[in-house]
Amino acid sequence: MDYDLRNDAYDGPILEIDKLSISFFTRLREIPAVMDFSAKIMPGEALGIVGESGCGKSTVALGVMQDLGVNGRIVGGSIKFKGRDLNTMTQEELRDIRGSQIAMIYQEPMASLNPAMRIGKQLMEVPMIHEGVSEKDAYDRALEVVTDVKLPDPARILNSFPHQLSGGQQQRIVIAMALMSKPSLLILDEPTTALDVTVEAAVVDLVKDLGKKYGTSMLFISHNLGLVLETCDRICVMYSGEAVERGSIEDVFDEMQHPYTQALFRSIPLPGADKNARPLVAIPGNFPLPHERPSGCNFGPRCDYFEAGRCDVGNIAMRPIPGNDRHESRCLRFEEIDWNAPIDVGPQTAKPEPGRVVLKMDNLKKYYEVAASALFGGKNKKVVKANETLSFEAREAETLAIVGESGCGKSTFAKVLMGLETATDGQILLDNQNIESTPIEARDTKTVADVQMVFQNPFDTLNPSMTVGRQIIRALEIFKIGNTDDDRRNRMLELLDLVKLPRAFADRMPRQLSGGQKQRVGIARAFAGGARIVVADEPVSALDVSVQAAVTDLLMEIQRNEKTTLLFISHDLSIVRYLSDRVMVMYLGHVVELGTTEQVFSPPYHPYTEALLSAVPIADTSVKKKHIVLDGDIPSAMNPPSGCPFQTRCHWKDRAGKSLCETQVPPMRILDGGHQVKCHLSDEDLANMEPVIEMPATAAE
Amino acid sequence: MGLFILRRLGVMILTALCLTFIVFWLTNLYPNLEKLAKTQGNFRMSDEQVETYLGNRGYTQALPVKYGQWLGVLPGYVIEGTDGETRARCAAGRAPTEDTATFCGILQGEWGQSTVFKDEVGSIVSTRLGLTGKLMFWVMMVMVPGALIIGVLAGMREGSRTDRSLSTVSIVSTATPEYVSGVILIAVFATPLFGMQYFKGTATSAMDDANFNNFFLPVITIALYGMGYIARMTRASMTEVMTAQYIRTARLKGVSFPNIVMKHALRNALIAPFTVIMLQFPWLLNGVVIVETLFNYKGFGWTLVQAASNNDIELLLGVSVVSVFVVLVTQLISDIGYVFLNPRIRIS
Repeated sequence: MDYDLRNDAYDGPILEIDKLSISFFTRLREIPAVMDFSAKIMPGEALGIVGESGCGKSTVALGVMQDLGVNGRIVGGSIKFKGRDLNTMTQEELRDIRGSQIAMIYQEPMASLNPAMRIGKQLMEVPMIHEGVSEKDAYDRALEVVTDVKLPDPARILNSFPHQLSGGQQQRIVIAMALMSKPSLLILDEPTTALDVTVEAAVVDLVKDLGKKYGTSMLFISHNLGLVLETCDRICVMYSGEAVERGSIEDVFDEMQHPYTQALFRSIPLPGADKNARPLVAIPGNFPLPHERPSGCNFGPRCDYFEAGRCDVGNIAMRPIPGNDRHESRCLRFEEIDWNAPIDVGPQTAKPEPGRVVLKMDNLKKYYEVAASALFGGKNKKVVKANETLSFEAREAETLAIVGESGCGKSTFAKVLMGLETATDGQILLDNQNIESTPIEARDTKTVADVQMVFQNPFDTLNPSMTVGRQIIRALEIFKIGNTDDDRRNRMLELLDLVKLPRAFADRMPRQLSGGQKQRVGIARAFAGGARIVVADEPVSALDVSVQAAVTDLLMEIQRNEKTTLLFISHDLSIVRYLSDRVMVMYLGHVVELGTTEQVFSPPYHPYTEALLSAVPIADTSVKKKHIVLDGDIPSAMNPPSGCPFQTRCHWKDRAGKSLCETQVPPMRILDGGHQVKCHLSDEDLANMEPVIEMPATAAE
Repeated sequence: MGLFILRRLGVMILTALCLTFIVFWLTNLYPNLEKLAKTQGNFRMSDEQVETYLGNRGYTQALPVKYGQWLGVLPGYVIEGTDGETRARCAAGRAPTEDTATFCGILQGEWGQSTVFKDEVGSIVSTRLGLTGKLMFWVMMVMVPGALIIGVLAGMREGSRTDRSLSTVSIVSTATPEYVSGVILIAVFATPLFGMQYFKGTATSAMDDANFNNFFLPVITIALYGMGYIARMTRASMTEVMTAQYIRTARLKGVSFPNIVMKHALRNALIAPFTVIMLQFPWLLNGVVIVETLFNYKGFGWTLVQAASNNDIELLLGVSVVSVFVVLVTQLISDIGYVFLNPRIRIS
């Protein structure tokens, strides 16, 4: 019964999970994290597990690795790796398999590399442990694999420490580490969540190529349906600890047979469509906590097709869907539901026309001076050009999206606007009044109340020891609204109504709220003083997909009613396409493109916008996308490239004239309809650009 | 790196100046001087006599001037006293001769005369420091490896039985100050009933010839106190490191548990305790004062006690300067070592 696990002749399924159940044990109770989970991965196949946070997808991965910590235990079912049950293996046998046969790639590359060990040593360790090779051979192998993951200057990289590399490079190292022993199974746990879109696209590309090259099977865990579509052959959708639907990518994406899958698809925006072509439908309610799961179908309480007396009794089993290959759904009613019924959308209120100009930025510049080293101090001052000649106007009731990857200066811009920093040069006009050099302490109450912000992470921005109501009242006090405490309390309750939270929430503490609810409180706080300009800094990126849609819709509805100017900062082009009127694309402190949503999302593009669009994973099998992968990382703002900021990664550089791009910052050109592009490309080249995303004719009906 | 050390040295010298100035000021308060005058001169001196006595010996000069002279940056006083005698600081209070130096402060190596030991402060401090150095060395040899081993063993499996028992031991040991543990150790081990043949209650003989018999008790008394503290720190740091994601990475790479601890966790876990170990030096000096007095080991701490109780100003100042210096140097070493252990703040 002692198989040789390295035996290449083995041709059964690489991984076979059968009715797996995993529970965590606390002092109070047993918390089932995964229930009745089955999956099979054939050699060379890639299986994607999709679901929201807390659905148990990472627990499955750790279960496969048999690394559930002290509290976790497998309470039922089996995990077979190449026919051998992992549950019955001893620690030594497991150690032998880990790293050599099954390797794992993690969510946060920085945290998963040892900060006090050189990269080379961490890589060389793998073959030295498992194959007992000499240090020299291990080094050669490491060099080879690092070259494989397309890192420049492998020898230097091997000799550096993790903190000396960028996030994208670190993730490549983690991938290299996983591939050092040519494993048969690769588990990727949200491998690109911490990365920028263009870097993500490159990493995903790399993983796909390497998977093919080494013939590795993959278990790909993600919350991003689009990514799974791009990387996997089969998909398994999880909800609250259970697999609710599984099948091939085509079957699940095109002929989904579970209400949750459908709801999930309907709640994510696609960059190809705007809100009229494909409105978002939020999933009502909240994700159930593991110990508060309903009886019967877990999704029941949130399901549109729920039938009392049937869906809420007993255990519901996976059932195969006739006609499809290994396509199964955990729904009692999948035969009865008309899956092609048009989306039922509530009445859509017409968007008010943008009014007069409220906010005007003119040639805004923000430079930071940083000392080369805090310890040396003094001499080698470097200038970080965080914002460079930013000019735009924002009108009343308009949504202006600011798009760009990390380090592009979008957050700096928000800080300058809010008055947390003062501008180096240029002006910000709020109602024709200059506010660029007034720090927030010196601004009058009216200005502060007028310009408010919704923050990215609702978990950190609420005071954990103050009730929700108190926090909103505090904002009202600061903005000098209401004459008495009763006035303010009433206003606070109205604000809770506005953000659609029950009034009873006023007395709750932030820890009792879910992420989406916290973000609603954040929105209520921002609108407390009747804000006229709201800067929303990635307001939904920390939230789960099903909640994102609801929060986005809420934000838009309030904006419509209050005629607020919304500056929506995001890196997510899909959501930008969905809600904004105009879009501003930033790269390394420069505005590279500015125009209405239609102008920016259709050719002619700025080459960076083109790459950005191509990098967005789209969860729709019928969409055709041009494949553009940018090389390298975003240059540091401390040491920006000469000439055009994008020239180091631009695919069009040869067309526009290399020397021109390398020496001169292109001027802002104004094309038809006020569409602005900062590029050296000729009119002809711009006119000949092809659309990146092609929607099939049927989808646009 | 060189510049970093230079800057640190600069800060250090500044700190040393401030600290010694404070000590100088405190020891030169008038009541102290009065007492000095009376012990050196005559116990039945009147206030006026004290005044002239001190004035003739330069004690009534302005404080910064005295400090400057003591440091050796101002020329030493030459005072023609009211009694007709000329006294010069640099001629040990006698009339200056041809070859009397102008400057004579600690910078010139003139540490002054001890009134208690009737000897040069410089030579007293150096011999005593040597003896205490011997004690400290053995304390470190026992304390650091012991504490690290206890901390790592306790921290590598948080909540296990080993962890709990070792943690209890370290809490008890660090909660017991030296003057309690020392007395208990003497009472328990240095009695005829038990262990008198192995342990001695006094360490006076260890000054010339240290061996297990006469040196174990003082060493362990100091070591126990610091050991618990460092062990707790190491444990906290180790448990944190053991839950880090890169440890999971290593585990899922197939690294065996001993190797995870030795190769992946240890270095990261030692960063925090290293600073703590270095910060222990000042505390050790503290402990040394008690333990040396308790075991009658005539080292640096014992000298400090003698100087303080006998109002020996020059000696007290000398001892303070050296203590300040020892503390600051260990801090410098700690900073440099920290940079070395933690590549993230290594300066390139």
